[in-house]
Amino acid sequence: MTVDATAEPRPFPFNQADRLDIDPIYQELRASEPMSRIKLPYGEGSAWLATRYEDVRAINADPRLSRSAGRYRDDVPRMTRDDNKRPSIINTDPPDHTRLRRLVAKAFTARRMEALRPRVQEMVRTSIDAMIAQGPPADLVSHLALPLPIGVICELLGVPYEDRDRFREWSDGVLSTTALPPDEIQRCYTDLGTYLAGLVARRREEPTDDLLGTLVAARDEGDKLSEQELVVFGVTLLVAGHETTANQLGNFVYTLLTHPDQLAILERHPDLVPQAVEELLRFIPLGSGGGFPRIATEDIEIAGVTVREGEAVFVSGPSANRDAAAFDDPDTLDVTRTDNPHMAFGHGVHHCLGAQLARLELCEALSAVVTRLPGLRMAAPEDELPWKLGLRVRGLRALPVAWDGIAHD
Amino acid sequence: MTDASQGAADGAWRVAVDRDVCIGSGMCASLDPAHFQLVDHKSSPVSETTEPSDDAVDAAENCPVEAILITRADTGEAVAPVE
Repeated sequence: MTVDATAEPRPFPFNQADRLDIDPIYQELRASEPMSRIKLPYGEGSAWLATRYEDVRAINADPRLSRSAGRYRDDVPRMTRDDNKRPSIINTDPPDHTRLRRLVAKAFTARRMEALRPRVQEMVRTSIDAMIAQGPPADLVSHLALPLPIGVICELLGVPYEDRDRFREWSDGVLSTTALPPDEIQRCYTDLGTYLAGLVARRREEPTDDLLGTLVAARDEGDKLSEQELVVFGVTLLVAGHETTANQLGNFVYTLLTHPDQLAILERHPDLVPQAVEELLRFIPLGSGGGFPRIATEDIEIAGVTVREGEAVFVSGPSANRDAAAFDDPDTLDVTRTDNPHMAFGHGVHHCLGAQLARLELCEALSAVVTRLPGLRMAAPEDELPWKLGLRVRGLRALPVAWDGIAHD
Repeated sequence: MTDASQGAADGAWRVAVDRDVCIGSGMCASLDPAHFQLVDHKSSPVSETTEPSDDAVDAAENCPVEAILITRADTGEAVAPVE
């Protein structure tokens, strides 16, 4: 395999994300240039981008590629100006990563999530009841996709639900790439930190047994993490704990509405919802491109190229999920697909902490949508749907839907 | 918290992975490649028994679906994960 070393690195992201489409260039790169040179909006020089399933998987599992080595280095290629100034569990390597993750891993196990299922079902029921009581058309985002994950993470973490309008604005802000200027992104990040520090301080007066209370105890009684790690952990859990699922839920329903044959299968066979969730996770590129750099701590051979020590490597999970070498007919949405080792939650030590929580919420919400809102359809022209732009994640601000009559439970 | 000193006097631990439960996150194989490997995208112990190891405990404690069970070979008592 050859890489033309004289070729100019491609500006990255390649294009502005368009709805949930995957840029066709990924297919070309997987075929002819699986490790390609890209130029990020910030930092110096170029970086590598991996697009094939096996390479993305291997890179995510490779301890020689460090996430923390890029911290506070101004030259490191990155998506936003201050990406390199925000230490969090996401860009921490073992053993510090292991220490931090272990503090919260218990709260997100499959078993704990199963215990949470009745509460999630109740929240979903309340949301759908309100939609039915109001009658069609109704906005699926404001009724279900947004309040469900926010309500769940608020209860888990111990963040007051009444504060959601405030932290929602900051949360969208910190996920901004081009939607806001760098100083505004930084202000949102600072405000979120100040807000979480306030919740931490309150727990020192009145201890709680929620996740934030557990972390405060781990700090004060066990010295298991620093004060900065504690506050940043709260920010990370709050943002990552709802933005992803909230956007994906709208994306899921949008995707089914634009693949009516697949929606019809689920309406007839709601028992297929769990595997449909896996397929939608594979099929939909939630990330708009980019992510965070891994820095090679030594020279590493990947897909026939030598990544030199100190160079930055990015991976495209959405591209990996469309790799024909890993999935039959990868560009076809097939809710009956069974063998589906997709990369939507990443791989290796940074595999999404909230994966089982996301699956729980997505399964319960989608089950309710396909069983309680028969004949579901869009209630606005597709080309008028309000897509978010310039954020790390793709999603809809609103998704007006209509359905037939009254569903009987 | 469990650590590797526990059970050390008695030698080996037993390492088991429930492959029906495993989701192939790769967490264990990345944290502790000496004890866990991915076979057909799912975790498999490198060996069924091991000397006490903090890394193996970390892997079991961090498995997102608790598919890993480490027990004392002599008594069968659970070493990790623990509540």
